Amino acid sequence: MNGSFTIPKFKLPAFVANLGHKLPQWPHTLTLVAGLNAALKMKLLPESELALLEDKLFRVRVLDTGGEASYTYANGLFRPVFRPQREPDLAFAANLSAYLQLLSRQEDPDTLFFNRELEITGDTELGLIVKNMLDAVEWPKFSARLPVFRH
Amino acid sequence: MTSLPDLVCPAGSLPALKAAVDNGADAVYLGFKNDTNARNFAGLNFDQKTMADGIRYAHAKGREVLLAINTFPQAGRVADWQKAVDAAVDQGVDAIILADIGLLDYARNRHLQQRLHLSVQGSATSYEAINFCQREFGIRRAVLPRVLTLAQVENVIKNTSVEIEVFGFGSLCVMNEGRCWLSSYACGESPNTVGACSPAKYVKWDKKPGAMETRLNGVLIDRFGDDEPAGYPTLCKGRFEVQGETYYALEEPTSLNVLEILPDIIKIGVRAIKVEGRQRSPTYVAQVTRTLRAALNSLHDGSERFHVKPAWQAELSKVSEGSQATLGAYNRPWR
Repeated sequence: MNGSFTIPKFKLPAFVANLGHKLPQWPHTLTLVAGLNAALKMKLLPESELALLEDKLFRVRVLDTGGEASYTYANGLFRPVFRPQREPDLAFAANLSAYLQLLSRQEDPDTLFFNRELEITGDTELGLIVKNMLDAVEWPKFSARLPVFRH
Repeated sequence: MTSLPDLVCPAGSLPALKAAVDNGADAVYLGFKNDTNARNFAGLNFDQKTMADGIRYAHAKGREVLLAINTFPQAGRVADWQKAVDAAVDQGVDAIILADIGLLDYARNRHLQQRLHLSVQGSATSYEAINFCQREFGIRRAVLPRVLTLAQVENVIKNTSVEIEVFGFGSLCVMNEGRCWLSSYACGESPNTVGACSPAKYVKWDKKPGAMETRLNGVLIDRFGDDEPAGYPTLCKGRFEVQGETYYALEEPTSLNVLEILPDIIKIGVRAIKVEGRQRSPTYVAQVTRTLRAALNSLHDGSERFHVKPAWQAELSKVSEGSQATLGAYNRPWR
């Protein structure tokens, strides 16, 4: 990531979340799952750690957009879960800017956690596995293809 | 002008190793994916292939790779730690960082040419202890526990020919290094036994209205208000009720930051400055390495006076545990 481009910390106005709650959640769930499966296809995620995610239910909540995505990993693929029947094994909650800073490797997850900008609840060990798995991925070429990182 | 100390940075993954090298670390330290190192967390550390890739990357840029085998061999499993030493030698690391005396003896006898460092977990705070390890095991460097004042560090350096490495930045614990069993008190496991303090499987973050509770194996460690900075879920950083008052009875979540006294550290002859944080992401490694490199290089410019740039402090404060930093024992008035 080029140091000349930084994602500032921001919070979208409350009406965005109010509106977001009323919108269908499937488009961003599908986008997220497609992104994860693309990473799988590119063999960016280590198999030994992936096995530990089998049948676990994950939830990613974007607080200031009101968006929420639940998904699971089963039989070698990430799959969307549109109507979760139980509490997730692992849940993340943060504002959009924190997720963008994490994805672009501009901020460290522990830093965001210490500063209370990232909330992690559920199975802490599973959270650590996911965090360390993403940290170990060599993203540069991959992220350069995403529009948000082009500059 | 005294030469600059080596900047020794942490790597829990290959991208973190590359971040350290690319941002100016002179050496990177890492561990195997098992309990022979004190950051034995799920998904962290190096297997044979990633370690070989990492060593190749660092060596191509003229940097060193140090391998930490800094836990203590457990009863009936001594061979696992000895195999780790053999594997480290096979991988071609520049030095092995060891804490256990039996293992130092094994490494010295089995691999005479291998450079050995005494880990901070070895808990050697006196030059007598360090010189003993030099005489018996040929250690070339010792990492000092974070309990000494700057004057005490200077006294150690004056009385040994072993290189001295000190911590320059990173999360602080109770610093009873190599002897701490607090984590075991709550969950039966600690760095010395399983290679992890407060293993994640025992940690629970519970979101309650207006607060977040941290529990370790069911024991309530802390309760953070929505606007309060958080820390790692360790007993030493918990808030406890003592005689009717609830407060940080052992210590607050905080990070060590030596920027302010960097010229003094160099003046007394410290050979290497270590950054804590193999459990942190490549982003943290890049941020801290870049900042300390800039600070060290500014001293090498020959400029008469050293100024801590506000941008350096801001960068380091941001990534600090509890969002606050301290000079720790270095400037303590008492001994």
